Amino acid sequence: MKIIVCVKQVPDSAAAMSVEDGKISWGDAPLVINPWDEYAVEAALRLTEAQGGDVIALSLGDENAKEAIKHALAMGCSEAILVNDPAMAGADTQAVARVLAAAIQKIGGADIVVFGKQAIDSDVGATPSMVARLLGWPAVTLVSEIVECTQSEIKASRAMEEGRQQVAAELPVVLSIVKDYGEPRYPSFMGIRKAARASVPEWTVADTGIDLPSAVVTWPNVMAPPEREVTNEIIEGSNPEEIAAKLADKIMEEKVL
Amino acid sequence: MANRVWAYVDQFKSQALLASWEVVFTGRKLADQLGSGLTVLVIGSHLDALAKAAIEYGADEVLLVDDPSLEDYRASPYAAALAGAVGENKLDIFLFPTTTRGREVAGMAAIDLNTGVLVDVTEIKLDGDKVTAIRPVYAGKLLSEVVCNAKPQLVTLRGRAFEKPVPDAGRTGTVTKLPTVMAEDEIKLKVTGYQAAEGGVSLTDASVIVSGGRGTSNNSAEPPAEITDESEKEIWKAQQGFILINDLASVLDGAVGASRAAVDAGYVPYVHQVGQTGKVVSPDLYIACGISGAIQHLAGMRSSKVIVAINKDPEAPIFKYARFGVVGDLYKILPPLTAAMKERLEK
Ligand SMILES: Cc1cc2nc3c(=O)[nH]c(=O)nc-3n(C[C@H](O)[C@H](O)[C@H](O)COP(=O)(O)OP(=O)(O)OC[C@H]3O[C@@H](n4cnc5c(N)ncnc54)[C@H](O)[C@@H]3O)c2cc1C
Ligand SMILES: Cc1cc2nc3c(=O)[nH]c(=O)nc-3n(C[C@H](O)[C@H](O)[C@H](O)COP(=O)(O)OP(=O)(O)OC[C@H]3O[C@@H](n4cnc5c(N)ncnc54)[C@H](O)[C@@H]3O)c2cc1C
Repeated sequence: MKIIVCVKQVPDSAAAMSVEDGKISWGDAPLVINPWDEYAVEAALRLTEAQGGDVIALSLGDENAKEAIKHALAMGCSEAILVNDPAMAGADTQAVARVLAAAIQKIGGADIVVFGKQAIDSDVGATPSMVARLLGWPAVTLVSEIVECTQSEIKASRAMEEGRQQVAAELPVVLSIVKDYGEPRYPSFMGIRKAARASVPEWTVADTGIDLPSAVVTWPNVMAPPEREVTNEIIEGSNPEEIAAKLADKIMEEKVL
Repeated sequence: MANRVWAYVDQFKSQALLASWEVVFTGRKLADQLGSGLTVLVIGSHLDALAKAAIEYGADEVLLVDDPSLEDYRASPYAAALAGAVGENKLDIFLFPTTTRGREVAGMAAIDLNTGVLVDVTEIKLDGDKVTAIRPVYAGKLLSEVVCNAKPQLVTLRGRAFEKPVPDAGRTGTVTKLPTVMAEDEIKLKVTGYQAAEGGVSLTDASVIVSGGRGTSNNSAEPPAEITDESEKEIWKAQQGFILINDLASVLDGAVGASRAAVDAGYVPYVHQVGQTGKVVSPDLYIACGISGAIQHLAGMRSSKVIVAINKDPEAPIFKYARFGVVGDLYKILPPLTAAMKERLEK
């Protein structure tokens, strides 16, 4: 079985974000693999462990994206490809999806392409469905459990607002994985060494066989959210009942119920 | 001439999700500003009641793709139905709710209609027919202004961020049924089952959320003797706290939330997780019990209107964001608080 897992590089989730001279800054916080993508890598690895086959990590990004790729390799992916093209800086999600879909075709397709649920930086969460649409494959997004997978079919549970939807889809298929799937493994010592030595081929957009897609969505202005003036008030009293009664009155005064 | 503003209604088992009516209602306002009518598209099965409601919330024209094969949501036939409905119509704006299905259908529509999508926006401004939207990024640590330089401008609206929709039973509009686009044998995905979530109010719709964190495990009660495993003991202890949290949530008609620490330790399932890698919520009232206020948790709830924190540690970062704080033990505060709220709400 051939599986491709798409991984993105993002600022660490603990980063304090700011805007400096109109540019987004994460200070000295490290760049890491998108946390959701670790679940995607985990799912891809477990699928090949059960079915045999290889996992290829694919990322679109600049030099920085190498950290995400290294992490995926260290977890156990056998190969990786980086699409690194300065012309894609500032691309919107549909442009990114077009390039990823083209790269997937260029690799020679796959049985399964696995995505994270969402990137924790720009939070668009549409790349998996767009890539599925471009490839013409079924999209099985928000997978919380893979019940069964054969060479021709996958059965999975999807997490939706109302509960779980169980689906069966023909391969090839696009998946996105949510946290219920199971905790991602830590890279092993051997894995880290292997990843450090791995050579990662770099492609331009032209190498994927398509013309540069034009970006449609732009973000002319990024700003810090307005400071919210919160007046902090500590509710005190001589016993829990008194505190609770005071707090209840305060909550009622806010007129939010 | 076709309407220039469209809205998509996300439904499940022929019931619209609340966010759908916010989208129709907002669509109505934008259509009025543009001097256009509003078209509402509903895809599914048994949709007549939804068509009527869509008109009451602001539709002039309702397009229904109503077919048994569309009973359960599946991405490809829904996306194909949407692209078919749009056809050659020239529209300026197409609004969707940011539900799991709405986000997905909108993404696929961006590909089919050769345009882009502004996702999970909290504000919309119109300049002529050009949308400038505001969307939180980095889990709300920053806001960005976004525009879509192609048409239709696809936009998904965050739930509860726009005006509360009010139906008007006197409104009139047309209803047109459109044929389905994909035959069953062309669809490579079957829905084989469905398992309802445990009851309770959904986090994203809730106007009140009561959340618990790792502090729930700090409970002096002793677990029953048959529980010997240490982590089982911890879970038992913490779950007593979640029972209290659930009691308060019920009195407030609210939902139960949790920190990642509480979810990872197995106190409650992941559907309850609030934060950067859980749900981003914005209720009118958020009560955090035994939660320290880590940046990833704050990212998911800090836009709540009124935040209340109950925490033993006066230095806990959550207090900086809380309108009201109680420095104390959640096990001591919650029972009388639930009783006091019950009394005041006359329940
Ligand atoms: C402030 C700001 C606002 C933005 N707003 C929008 C907007 O409203 N609409 C829009 O179309 N674009 C927007 N973008 C651009 C968008 O973030 C990028 O195009 C991005 O690469 C794709 O979206 P995402 O990162 O949110 O990915 P998501 O769709 O959230 O990612 C889902 C999954 O797709 C995969 N993936 C995503 N990107 C890559 C990649 N580069 N390489 C490999 N795998 C990947 C990962 O598996 C990831 O888990 C915005 C960017 C910024 C900086
Ligand atoms: C990539 C990544 C993503 C993450 N995503 C999320 C996310 O989505 N959501 C999330 O919540 N976290 C997330 N985290 C984890 C986050 O960093 C914190 O670890 C987590 O939020 C801590 O949960 P907590 O506040 O319940 O626990 P703690 O930080 O341990 O706090 C427990 C609090 O309970 C108080 N307490 C103890 N006993 C009592 C008592 N009896 N009564 C009252 N108070 C008491 C303590 O004083 C303390 O403040 C993420 C982390 C990473 C790295």
